[in-house]
Amino acid sequence: MKALGLIAVLGTGLLLLAASRDFPNWGDPSSPASSYRLSRHFITQTINETAVPNMVTAVLADYRGYDTLFEAVVIFTAGIAVIGILRRYGNRDFIPAGGEVHLTPKQPDLIVESTVRLLIPVIQIFALYVIAHGHHSPGGGFQGGVIFGASFILLALARDLRTAQNWVAEKRMLILACCGILIYAGIGVLCQLLGENFLDYQILHRILPTDPVMARYHSILGVEIGVAFTVTAIMFSIYSNLSSNGQMKEGI
Amino acid sequence: MEAQGQEGEIVSQFWIFDLILLVFLVTTAVIALRVRDLLSAAMIFGVYSFLICLLWTGMGAVDVAFTEAAVGAGVSAVFLISTVLRTSRKSSD
Amino acid sequence: MELLEAIVDGMNYWIFIILMMIGLYAMITKNNLVKKLIGMSIFQTAILLFYISLGVKEGATIPILPHYYAHTSQEEQGNLVGSSDQAHAGKEASSATEGGKEKPSVAHAGSPKIDPNRFTNPLPHVLMLTAIVVGVSTLGVALSITQKLYTEFGTIEENEILDQLKSGDD
Repeated sequence: MKALGLIAVLGTGLLLLAASRDFPNWGDPSSPASSYRLSRHFITQTINETAVPNMVTAVLADYRGYDTLFEAVVIFTAGIAVIGILRRYGNRDFIPAGGEVHLTPKQPDLIVESTVRLLIPVIQIFALYVIAHGHHSPGGGFQGGVIFGASFILLALARDLRTAQNWVAEKRMLILACCGILIYAGIGVLCQLLGENFLDYQILHRILPTDPVMARYHSILGVEIGVAFTVTAIMFSIYSNLSSNGQMKEGI
Repeated sequence: MEAQGQEGEIVSQFWIFDLILLVFLVTTAVIALRVRDLLSAAMIFGVYSFLICLLWTGMGAVDVAFTEAAVGAGVSAVFLISTVLRTSRKSSD
Repeated sequence: MELLEAIVDGMNYWIFIILMMIGLYAMITKNNLVKKLIGMSIFQTAILLFYISLGVKEGATIPILPHYYAHTSQEEQGNLVGSSDQAHAGKEASSATEGGKEKPSVAHAGSPKIDPNRFTNPLPHVLMLTAIVVGVSTLGVALSITQKLYTEFGTIEENEILDQLKSGDD
């Protein structure tokens, strides 16, 4: 098996090495990927069309809005799938897995607890900053959502899962995830109701007190908030299911 | 011309940094797959993610690097560790 | 020196091939399911690395416009960028001062005023950014399947699971 695998891998590698001679030169500005008019349009026209200096955010949430919407749906589906795979209903006996897991509640540690108490608000404020400032700096819904979810994961790691569940119950997290998708899709449907294509934000200037360009700017923020809701909720939900083997009782 | 020369110098220095990163990258990838203790493998995988995040920062993909730092080095390492602690920590290969 | 340049040029493409081979080898031959998943993640980052490599431009900066562009009027922008087809970041200030000609201001549309060669291609970044987050979600699903297998079979070694399945069939 190992020899067969090695042969297959080496064959693939050699084919790719042969193919890599046809790649464009490293960093060539006139390579096909960089000289195609779509990428030129994104670089030169984003600021005029959406007033967003960070092109990545603008392309992510505006030009490729469909793509991002369904990426968010994939994340949501993954969270639901983890719950569906791991959760056990009924009275089947739970097999405690592994020997290393602390199944008794941890004694609160003074240093860890104080550090976490200081850190979590800072992490959450930074996450909100990343979400809201994604137009002008690296960041956006995905990154901010992951950081916000990580703050809850930190709480669950430092205390135990039950404390974190008391803060944010699982049901509430899943409602939050649904809300995220609904905010995103709702903005798209709102555009449709006003008589434009799905996720064509320009038309929102009729209900927002701005011009079409700034309507796109503000809709991108709305979309990012929706993505952040979903990512936050799903990251924490996946963590709490994985760490408690689907029982949601004792974490690691 | 002078500006061009200076820029070339910066680029070549950047390549040395790049080369060091790439060597570390391959090393951490191999170690993460060879080490028998799965907890160590998960931690070294976090290091690998952070190195690739640095590489992307060098390539100018700041958004991707930010995502990788938050996701790869943070959350996915935590997912791996929680699974390792919930299953077995020993690996046969 | 030319050899060095050839190596430097090819290096980033080779590294993605090497990482991809490491990941593929781990996915094929490793027995432990967690090791297989780590190999899958390495494979995934190799693909991401390839896409990001395609967007790199020599002498270009990150795909975020400086605040200068966002807060100056359209005419100033025309003077600033229109004359700098080969220019890089350092020449901004000089070309801004020398321009004096009036250009008709077209609000929110019109001719390219920003030199595309000065900014990295943002499109691969967008594709890969979402791929990373989707990748960690699918990693979560795969790990949950691993835990499920452990509660069923008591092991995460592939050959032991296969043995148990075979002995169960007989």
